[in-house]
This record gives sequence, C-alpha cells and structure tokens, in this order.
Amino acid sequence: MDIFLTYLIVFLVGGLVCMIGEVLIITTNITSARILVTFEMLGVLLQAVGVYEYISDFAKAGVNVPIIGFGASLAKGAIGAVKTNGFLGIFTGGLAATAGGIAAAIFFAFIFALIFKSHTKK
Amino acid sequence: MEDKQRNLQYNRYVNSKIPKTHPWPTLFYSFIVGGLICVLGQGINDIIMVLFPYMSQASAWAITLIVLIFLASFLTGLGIYDQIGKFAGGGSIVPITGFSNSIASPSIEFKSEGIIYGICVKMFTIAGPVIVFGTVSSVLVGFIYWIIGMF
Repeated sequence: MDIFLTYLIVFLVGGLVCMIGEVLIITTNITSARILVTFEMLGVLLQAVGVYEYISDFAKAGVNVPIIGFGASLAKGAIGAVKTNGFLGIFTGGLAATAGGIAAAIFFAFIFALIFKSHTKK
Repeated sequence: MEDKQRNLQYNRYVNSKIPKTHPWPTLFYSFIVGGLICVLGQGINDIIMVLFPYMSQASAWAITLIVLIFLASFLTGLGIYDQIGKFAGGGSIVPITGFSNSIASPSIEFKSEGIIYGICVKMFTIAGPVIVFGTVSSVLVGFIYWIIGMF
C-alpha cells in the first residue's frame, strides 16, 4: 500500500509539473529551450535556498525526473564541492554533479545520430 | 505608419496560419504523459535500489537519469518520441527525457550536413542554453556559498 501511495504521489506531482510547463507553452508561446531553462533555474533556486531536499523527499521522481531535478543537482554539486574543496569547488561542483546526465545525453545522441536516419516531420 | 499597418496585417496572417491546438486535451495529455515518465523513473530507481542495495541515493538517481536519457534518445532515433511530443507537449519536454530528445532530435535531423557541422553543432541548439544557464547559475550559487562559508 505504501509503495502504491509513493507512485501515486510521483505521478500526480510529475504530471502537475509537466502540466504547468504546458500551461506556459499555451499562454506565452515560449519555445521548448526556454521551458527547459525556466524549470532548470527553478531547480537551482529551490536547491540554493535549501527547500529542494524536502520536496524531493516527498515527491521523489515527481521532481527528480523533470529538469527541475537536473537544476537542483547542479546547485547541490556546487554547494557540496565548495564545502569540501573551497574555491575550486565553485567551478567544478555543478558540472561534476551533472556530468553523468550531460555525457549520456551527448553520447547517445551522437551514436543514434550515426545509426538512425532522419524521420521527416510532417 | 504604413510599415506598422503592414506588420499588423502580417501578424494577423501569421496568427491565422499557426496550427491551432485545443488547450484542454494537450493539458490532459501533458499531465498523463509527464506523470507516466516520472513513474517510469521511480520504477527504474526502485529496481536499481533492489539490485544494488548499498548504492547511495545520489548515484542511484544518476543512473536512473542515464537510463531515461538512453531510452529517450533511442525512441527519438526511432521517431517515436517526436510523435509522443506532438500530443503530449509539456509532458514530453519538461522531464529529463525532453532534454535528451532536444539533443538527439536535431543531431539526427541535421545528420545530412555532416558529422561536425550537422550532428555536433546542431545537437546544442536547445541543450546549449540549458547547459550554459546551468553552468553559470551553479557557479553563482557556489560563489555565494563560498562567501557565506568564509564568515
């Protein structure tokens, strides 16, 4: 029963976050690049002021899978690296924490671009 | 004055040509699809935690995101993800799979322009701003915490 509740919360929160994105698209006609950046910055902000952990404990994948989570781990990485490495951490922390995601996205995109042919958009 | 008139007319013309989407179905689908992608992520994360019980939460999430990114770029290669995006809108953009799709989709589309100028340059048309803003903001946050840490 517990696990069912967890997945329900994940579904509702994740869906709501995406729906807010869709509302922004409909009302302001903003491009997908701006949507991604907006939500990413929201994640950075939430992590920087220290409330993201509480939201993430409650909603889990509901906020970790949307790009909010990507922004949050950028900020979390920077904050953590500053605590352990001092000045150097300012520059290494953010990208180090998100290196997995960025490298995977670039690597798989490159490989699949070599393999697959373009599907013309109708 | 005449320019203004012409611009207005042109804007009206453009607006009449923009494909109209009904907001309610897209809102509904973006909710469902976005929610399902997050549930999929939670499922992958739970499976990882069962398979590797000693792994830290942070590493498990990093692997979860890599799996989702892999799935999204694979589906983009098959042309399926862009089909989902047509009716799901925000539901397919906001999750990390949308970030992956925004890298994979242009690199596949512009493959014909060559590996360097096609794939490598175009893959960052949407991901570029995301990475730039992310890097800049993380440095700022790090800097602020560094200053705070000195007192």
